Amino acid sequence: MRPFKYADAASAADAAFAVARQPNATFLAGGTTIVDLMKIDVLRPDTLIDVGHLALAAIDVSDESVRIGANVRNSQLAWHPVVRDRFPVLSEALLSGATTQLRNMATVAGNIMQRTRCAYFRDVHAACNRRQRGSGCDALLGFNRGHAVLGTSESCIATHPSDMCVAMVILDAVIHTLKADSTKRAIPFVDFHRTPGDTPDIETTLEHGELITHVVVPSQSIGRRSHYLKVRDRASYEFALTSAAVALDLDGRRIRSARVGLGGIATKPWRSVEAEQVLAGQDATGGVFQRAADAALAGAIGREHNRFKIELAKRTIVRALSVTRDLPV
Amino acid sequence: MTLQLRVNGVDRSADVDTRVTLLDALRDTLQLPGTKKGCDQGTCGACTVIVDGQRVLSCLTLAVTCAGRDIRTIEGLSQNSDLHPVQSAFLECDAFQCGFCTPGQILSAVCLLDEARAGVPSHVTRDVRQAVVAAALTDEEIRERMSGNLCRCGAYANIVTAVKHSLQSVSEEARP
Repeated sequence: MRPFKYADAASAADAAFAVARQPNATFLAGGTTIVDLMKIDVLRPDTLIDVGHLALAAIDVSDESVRIGANVRNSQLAWHPVVRDRFPVLSEALLSGATTQLRNMATVAGNIMQRTRCAYFRDVHAACNRRQRGSGCDALLGFNRGHAVLGTSESCIATHPSDMCVAMVILDAVIHTLKADSTKRAIPFVDFHRTPGDTPDIETTLEHGELITHVVVPSQSIGRRSHYLKVRDRASYEFALTSAAVALDLDGRRIRSARVGLGGIATKPWRSVEAEQVLAGQDATGGVFQRAADAALAGAIGREHNRFKIELAKRTIVRALSVTRDLPV
Repeated sequence: MTLQLRVNGVDRSADVDTRVTLLDALRDTLQLPGTKKGCDQGTCGACTVIVDGQRVLSCLTLAVTCAGRDIRTIEGLSQNSDLHPVQSAFLECDAFQCGFCTPGQILSAVCLLDEARAGVPSHVTRDVRQAVVAAALTDEEIRERMSGNLCRCGAYANIVTAVKHSLQSVSEEARP
């Protein structure tokens, strides 16, 4: 690992200031992404500003919302009784990711900021526009079985690996940040991550030195009838091939409104408004679910090794919707 | 830089570079080689230790981030000559072959017991809204909850049995 300087931040404001004034500094919290990627030379920060000890680790519950501190650990959030009750999809998504050890380390903000698992991104000898702008993309014609079919470009087809984010995006979560000049921003989850376009190295709307302080998930009745279904090569401890986060607001058999999010197949945590529009106002039947799934994947682009994901994702959506419809709520 | 680390209840001083992981600090600087270095990339769980009561991977933890935190390793699990119940269960159930992953397996299982007592769900829990009952954890639940600890010898069957025995003894203790 390359040498770096380390400082333990005294406050969120100090941390934002410290990173903002040094172009090659970055925040450190749980370390599960950064330490891993520094060991293999993919990330080369010269300064780590440790925000992991800041008092941003509370889960504050009110009738209107759940406010989740940036440093809340993934396991802490997944196990919280109110989260399990109001947003089963969020708890399920978190529990489906990684292992207890990693979930005990990884923070909510770190989960949002985690990097792709694309093998070419992780190999400094490969071409990767996300790691080094303009270097090319070895995944386009390489072994791309795990790669995205939605939100891709000719510059990058790397999959966003998070499970939690797929649940967050259908729950209308809002990410709150603090900048070095002490201004604050509230960014809807769906707008936070960027599709790659010509600049896959710019992954989010965050500015350099802008620190995530907390995430707010609004309480809503639709959250109670929700579910996360993850399909993968192993039963545990594996990233998604496809996943679906869904929620239904039912009036008997009729769908008042629906939420559909997709993981494992897109370059960012994916919300399918197209599928939601197909479902709204219809009866909750297999035929309607299939039409919604077709709408969700209408723009998908498959490549040599990942074409199977398009059909698999459709089946994942249909299964997730069927399970969710039949949940005892 | 010089760090103050609290390991197994003892304050220790460690002179380490910022790049040193907690794993290497424990093994190379503090001479506690019970914590094992397997993959060194957060995959295998051999380096599992308990920090502030939670099981974590010491290979992805920078030592500098651990100042003032309560670190427990396999060396600190038994009290005098009394083995921890999970250690005894691993012996009784023959839950290892070569033993390399065993410290991590045992520390992971110790925390699994705490988590089960707290009633928290896992990925295979049918309904996350319901609390789980420690003594009723199925083999499937134990396998999922231990999935962060790989065993190249494939001693999994007996590891599940050992964890199950530990869970039963824990719930018997908890009975009024």
